[in-house]
Amino acid sequence: MAVVLASLVGLVMVLTAFVRPLEFLGTAVVDWFNVLAAIAFVLGGANLLKMNLMKISARDAGWGYAAITVGAFLVTIGVGLLKVGAHPDPLHPDVALSGDKEAVGGAFWWLYEYAMSPITSTLFALLAFYVASAAFRAFRAKNTAAILLLGTAFIVLLGRVYVGVLLTSWIPADNAWVSWLRLENLSGIIMGVFNNAGTRAMMIGIAIGIAATSLKILVGLDRSYLGSGD
Amino acid sequence: MTFAVTILAQDAAPAAGSMPGWFMPGKGLLAITLVIVAAAVMLSILWARSGRPIRIRKIAGLDAVDEAVGRATEMGRPVLFIPGIQDVDNIQTVAGITILGKVAKTAAEYDAEIEVPTTRSLVMTTAREAVHAAYMTAGRSDSYNPDRIYYVSDEQFAFVAYAGGLMQRKRPAACFYFGCFFAESLILAENGNSIGAIQVAGTAETTQLPFFVASCDYTLIGEEFFAASAYLSGEPDQLGTLLGQDLVKGVAWAAVLVAAVLATAAALTGHAGLAAFVDGARAALGGG
Repeated sequence: MAVVLASLVGLVMVLTAFVRPLEFLGTAVVDWFNVLAAIAFVLGGANLLKMNLMKISARDAGWGYAAITVGAFLVTIGVGLLKVGAHPDPLHPDVALSGDKEAVGGAFWWLYEYAMSPITSTLFALLAFYVASAAFRAFRAKNTAAILLLGTAFIVLLGRVYVGVLLTSWIPADNAWVSWLRLENLSGIIMGVFNNAGTRAMMIGIAIGIAATSLKILVGLDRSYLGSGD
Repeated sequence: MTFAVTILAQDAAPAAGSMPGWFMPGKGLLAITLVIVAAAVMLSILWARSGRPIRIRKIAGLDAVDEAVGRATEMGRPVLFIPGIQDVDNIQTVAGITILGKVAKTAAEYDAEIEVPTTRSLVMTTAREAVHAAYMTAGRSDSYNPDRIYYVSDEQFAFVAYAGGLMQRKRPAACFYFGCFFAESLILAENGNSIGAIQVAGTAETTQLPFFVASCDYTLIGEEFFAASAYLSGEPDQLGTLLGQDLVKGVAWAAVLVAAVLATAAALTGHAGLAAFVDGARAALGGG
């Protein structure tokens, strides 16, 4: 039954892209999915609480982090639901909870602005160090392919910074026979031609792969996502 | 055939088209492509069902699943599987869950512990179903623990912080990343690398592939990721879809070659008719 339902809905969704009278279904189904996801979020929240409380209770490794997670979760939910610090809507000044919970100055806004946002930015900034360590490993000149990779990366990196442009600024820019040798132009050729061609080849393969996978699901060949095993 | 010609003509000049009102303008070429892809895949499935042999090249990353799970079992450490950070409405997540089923079956057979943190509660539910089915198939339903598949956070970096901490504390011996990933891919893979885990990744996000290639032992690039479920199942029906994909790829390859030759000839000769044809084809394909 689930397979038939999935196939039917999938087929209708494909048709919404081509058949004008069915177009409204495309947006309607997205709305249904969002409603379902919102309900499922309660399931996720309950699971988060359960898992972390179990960890605290068992004093598992990292249980202190679990305690902080539970505390932060409950405080954020409480602040959001009770609209702490939010001013009532001017149209309904007598109704305490009529204000916008995300309004500037409210506790929910404060939590996002001064806790969530800086933590997220910090984690994102860590990427710079991870890129450095990954690049150090990837660019070790241990064989011909690695040397080519290192050389190409070096040209592209140099072509995108001022010092790289400066290094080859002596090559005449108005002479078509040699101007491509300037690092900024060489970098552009590598990215615009070689890299672009490779990426497009991958994109074509991915698009065909997505179409075939979707087709497998539509005709019920692949049912593993329903938990039906092999 | 007449229908195909009519919708192509409408794609080129929507205003002058004579298509019935129910068909979306500008979608003709897409519809024809879809029909070709579907026909190629379905015919290939029929070909495979008839018993004809289909040769499939080795995908090292998928052959390493047994080795990675076996290593985790020997070391008494868990296997970590992350099915991306998107919801089940993303095809990459669905493909990731399919591979999770195969990895979980191997883990069940080896009696290894598998841990699946998720960023969406619907993915958690779907992953539980897939893992439960895998344990039942392996005849180890008593070993299945739903608490090992759980929700962490919808927030990308909150999830990364948790997954990074989990890796450093539990030190999984094998890490699998199959699904849709963004900036977190490198943080996850570098954490896994730092603890010496065998890492296998697969994604269709071309911007994240270099990070996985740099940090993981094996990476399934683009279409390999979608071919994984067929490769691992070995069923004729599933393998037939791979043959269909290759046929369509051949058509795409020929189309690209012909278009490149025509565009080059138009540029070199300055032939007005050829240039108009190339421009028309580019416009019909949505190019600039």
